[in-house]
Amino acid sequence: MQFLLAFVIGGLICLIGQLVMDLTRASITPAHVLVGYVTGGAILSALGLYEPLVKLAGAGATIPLSGFGHSMAQGAIRAVQSRGLLGAFAGGVESTAVGIVAAIIFGYAAAVLFNPKE
Amino acid sequence: MGQKLGRQSFRFTKPPVIAAAANIVGPMEGDGPLAVQFDWIMDDILFGEPTWERAESKMLRESAKLALRKINWQPQEIDFFLAGDLLNQITSANFAARGIEAPFLGLFGACSTFTEAIMVGSMLIDGGFAARVLVASGSHHNTAERQFRFPIEQGVQRPPFAQWTVTGSGALALADQGEGPVVTVGTAGKVVDLGISDPNNMGAAMAPAAADTLISHFQDTGTAPADYDLILTGDLGTVGSDTLKDLMRMQGYLLEGNYCDCGTLIYDLARQDVHAGGSGCGCSSVVFTGSIWKQLNEGRYRKVLLAATGALMSSTSSQQGETIPGIAHVVVVESR
Amino acid sequence: MNEKTGSSEQQLEAAEYQELINKIRPRHTFLKNAILAFLVGGSICLIGQLILQIYTGQGLEQQQAQAATSATMVFLGAFLTGIGVYDQIGKYGGAGSIVPITGFANSIVAPAMEARREGFVFGIGAKMFTIAGPVLVYGFLISVLIGISYFLLR
Repeated sequence: MQFLLAFVIGGLICLIGQLVMDLTRASITPAHVLVGYVTGGAILSALGLYEPLVKLAGAGATIPLSGFGHSMAQGAIRAVQSRGLLGAFAGGVESTAVGIVAAIIFGYAAAVLFNPKE
Repeated sequence: MGQKLGRQSFRFTKPPVIAAAANIVGPMEGDGPLAVQFDWIMDDILFGEPTWERAESKMLRESAKLALRKINWQPQEIDFFLAGDLLNQITSANFAARGIEAPFLGLFGACSTFTEAIMVGSMLIDGGFAARVLVASGSHHNTAERQFRFPIEQGVQRPPFAQWTVTGSGALALADQGEGPVVTVGTAGKVVDLGISDPNNMGAAMAPAAADTLISHFQDTGTAPADYDLILTGDLGTVGSDTLKDLMRMQGYLLEGNYCDCGTLIYDLARQDVHAGGSGCGCSSVVFTGSIWKQLNEGRYRKVLLAATGALMSSTSSQQGETIPGIAHVVVVESR
Repeated sequence: MNEKTGSSEQQLEAAEYQELINKIRPRHTFLKNAILAFLVGGSICLIGQLILQIYTGQGLEQQQAQAATSATMVFLGAFLTGIGVYDQIGKYGGAGSIVPITGFANSIVAPAMEARREGFVFGIGAKMFTIAGPVLVYGFLISVLIGISYFLLR
């Protein structure tokens, strides 16, 4: 059941992105979509609307980049709770540090090891 | 000396001869319907070079040298080398010129560069400033994607009306005398912009410029589409060609069976995943040098109108939301 | 006739021309694109769920397991981009392969890989953030704004 939910909810979240790209202006690129998902996910999370989705769908809600925004928002809120205003600056980065650094390290390694095909 | 016709056209009184044509294409173009027409098909897209940019420059240089070899000309006998490409500061052409020991004029007309070069080269010869001129233009799919769109390995979807930049370069040797088809008339195009800003829809951005130059050409020379064996646009693709036909019909000119577009000829649109067809500086130059010049030489075509079309945007102008100006230049080539 | 300078097309308004183009231009295959985005995106999330459950099965607590899953998915995205597979998935999957964190990894590796020829600093170092940079900038920006708002409103 958990797998089905991850598949369906994750698929639906991606489907929205596809509709945005196909139905809006041509100037909406993948970069705009990714920025939109991170920002949108963070805002939904701050309003308390994203956590229920994560509880329901697991990776179906955390793997899309809106989940990245959710982690950032929740990290910032938790850090403010424990450390006050300074936490607002640290929390978002702390909670996503593993993902960001992994992206840089694996990205760098892949860029050094592989050549573009085609 | 040439003779000015109307507002934008001119007739060459001593029509320059296209003495030789040569081309090099990439593997994908070498897998297309015109494969047998090409002189040299690259095994891989790097062409033995460390970067795609160097591969593009090498293509331009080697296609130019190949044209010279075909008629035993030495670079020292060339009065002008005219070339251009799509990259910033036309580096591919500039770098290719390092290997050709001849006075060099770099040209930029985006994908219209090929006819721009033929036109300027013919003017130089007819005006008595040159006896032998070498012209070349080329493009490379990967360098163009990098510069204008996305990295090659980026997982993006191309819209159904997108075009595929041709990897290839074509070169012509123009002379004031000798055997071969001749350039008789040229029409220089104006920049036309009807407000298309989607850099994926280049055919639509360029079609108004093509219509503008074609109509000026017919008016200036007093000819009609039916007077030509073949009317060939450079790289409008399927969307742009259909649009051009509509625009021309609105003005009372019918482009029928004798009209075609290089972008739809170079690939097998049903089999090869290129969406609306080919584009790029190399598109018109390899189709003309590969297929059309030969048929003119053999007398199968008597009079061909070539209108290469260019979209004059940069990646910066696109990001700033500027619309895409288009341009088209016409040359008429006749067999003798 | 020779005096005719302003071409007649230019009398065609940009708006009319856009209308003509909209008629001629082939449509996006909306339905097919949407279904493929759903299937590809869903499948990537399904793989993520599988990895997540393996990590929680190993005794990692929820948040650690989620971070480890993200890192693993990023690795997969980077690797598939390196071997030239991810752009093929993207051709069919569209947003289904852009939106998951594997797409984020793809957007880092793809420009970095071909920018290596421009050197290690301005090539790889700078170009890997062409798309990831804006994502991080706006992610940090919004997270700080949310943190400050929470601080003020709490």
